[in-house]
Amino acid sequence: MNTPTPRLRISGLTVAFGGLTALDDVSFDVARGETFALIGPNGAGKTTVFNAVCGLVRRASGSIDIDGRPAPATPMALVGRGVSRTLQGLGLFDSMTVLENVLVPLGLGTAGGRSLGETDAILAATDQLAALGLAADAARPVASLPYPERKRVALARALVTQPQLLLLDEPAGGLGSDDITDLAAIVRGIAAAGCSVLVVEHHMDFVMSLADRIVVLDFGRVIASGTPAEVQADPRVEEAYLGVEPAA
Amino acid sequence: MDRLLFLLATGIARGAIFALFALALVLIWRAARIVNFSQGAMAVVATYVAFAVTAFTGSYWAGLASALVAGAVLGYVVDRGVMRFAPHDSPLAGVIIAIGVVMVLQSALGIAFGQQYRPMAAPFDQSPILIGGVPVFSPYDVFVLVVAVVVMAALALLFTRTSLGLQLRASAFAPEVSRLLGVRVSRMLTIGWMLAAAVGALAALLLVPTELGLSPHSADMLFVYAFTVAVVGGLDSPVGALVGGLIVGVAISLVTGYLGATVAPIAVLVLLVAVLLVRPGGIFSAREARVA
Repeated sequence: MNTPTPRLRISGLTVAFGGLTALDDVSFDVARGETFALIGPNGAGKTTVFNAVCGLVRRASGSIDIDGRPAPATPMALVGRGVSRTLQGLGLFDSMTVLENVLVPLGLGTAGGRSLGETDAILAATDQLAALGLAADAARPVASLPYPERKRVALARALVTQPQLLLLDEPAGGLGSDDITDLAAIVRGIAAAGCSVLVVEHHMDFVMSLADRIVVLDFGRVIASGTPAEVQADPRVEEAYLGVEPAA
Repeated sequence: MDRLLFLLATGIARGAIFALFALALVLIWRAARIVNFSQGAMAVVATYVAFAVTAFTGSYWAGLASALVAGAVLGYVVDRGVMRFAPHDSPLAGVIIAIGVVMVLQSALGIAFGQQYRPMAAPFDQSPILIGGVPVFSPYDVFVLVVAVVVMAALALLFTRTSLGLQLRASAFAPEVSRLLGVRVSRMLTIGWMLAAAVGALAALLLVPTELGLSPHSADMLFVYAFTVAVVGGLDSPVGALVGGLIVGVAISLVTGYLGATVAPIAVLVLLVAVLLVRPGGIFSAREARVA
């Protein structure tokens, strides 16, 4: 039986900034419809993985394939290949309305590989806002919304192009427990619809309840991987987070 | 009182030209974070093209259209041929390169056309119309105001009602984020340069018939006044360019009318210093900062 081509395959990825090796021989696959988490202490290299996938940093070695083909070199081409990303900061355009923020990626003219006219784009953006409970806020300046809603606008903006691979950079950061519960339900729905989700997050309860598989990075290297239960039981993870030597 | 009304009307018409030219500076500043010191020289090149086309065809309107096209093409060339190579980590680099472009363009124009002033005909009469016995706007002033209003309305529609405008705004305020969202930021930057250069060319073309005529240095004072307008209004603010243009235009007209033409540049300088002291970002400076 043939193994299905993973949505994202990262093989032997190494990234160096001057003399600092930010990522060292990192490899993992993200399957179709899978929710996959990257965790690790601050500075472990999690966001650098995202930046490498998006072509924002130069690889020293290794490969990144999306749906079995090499990832394009530019972020713009990446969006065309069905990849979207949220940012650690919100990255919203504060001078624009909520709807305008969500419309920006549709200037590319496609959603889910389908060409869009301007009216179609507005409909797609409006639908996406409605799906995340933001329909009533469409005309409001995005800067006027409370933080949790602005987080959802950022998510809506990433989803409006109907990506096949969604990169979420600390989506739960700054949210309260109710909002995190809502976010987890939204992400489950996204994955259930067939979109692969690669998430970087510090909020462990969120990650453990959501991820199908997890990779743990420390100082740019993969120190553990597996299901949430396997990762939680791995003494190297505890050492990385707490600085505790594993028992001999 | 009649004199005051006349000076106000003249100032508003002149201010509309300053506002257009300042808008061109604002467009470049928002897109590339460069104060385009070469805007005046670029606009004069486009005006020479209009001058030649008008002389060849006998049509002012053909000349006007050719100035817009020449301005846009020059904007493309300056962006892709020169400014794109400016190091991004040095704010001064763009300014120095722009000054170099001024020298090259003005020298080339001087070699090609000489330094003498060439009178340019206006498409409408420049004599003030008498309303209730008071001389106010001339037909040409009305034409300038209509053009300024139409261009500003068109730009406002472009930026607020079209997908292209949305991407131009996104690219201007957060280029890195926009790039991640799939926006062709480099293309948007070039379109910004082309738009700005065309608007600047139009402003110069509207101004030259009211001055001594066309020479390689025809837009030098226009640049100085428009730069003041942009700083007074706020370099990030198109609305500031409009209001600032009218303020500076009226101020220059009143000072020229009551105190003499030689005092006008000093008055502009005083206005500039006063605004910089009270509100350094300009009266309408944007609250939001550009990201990345």
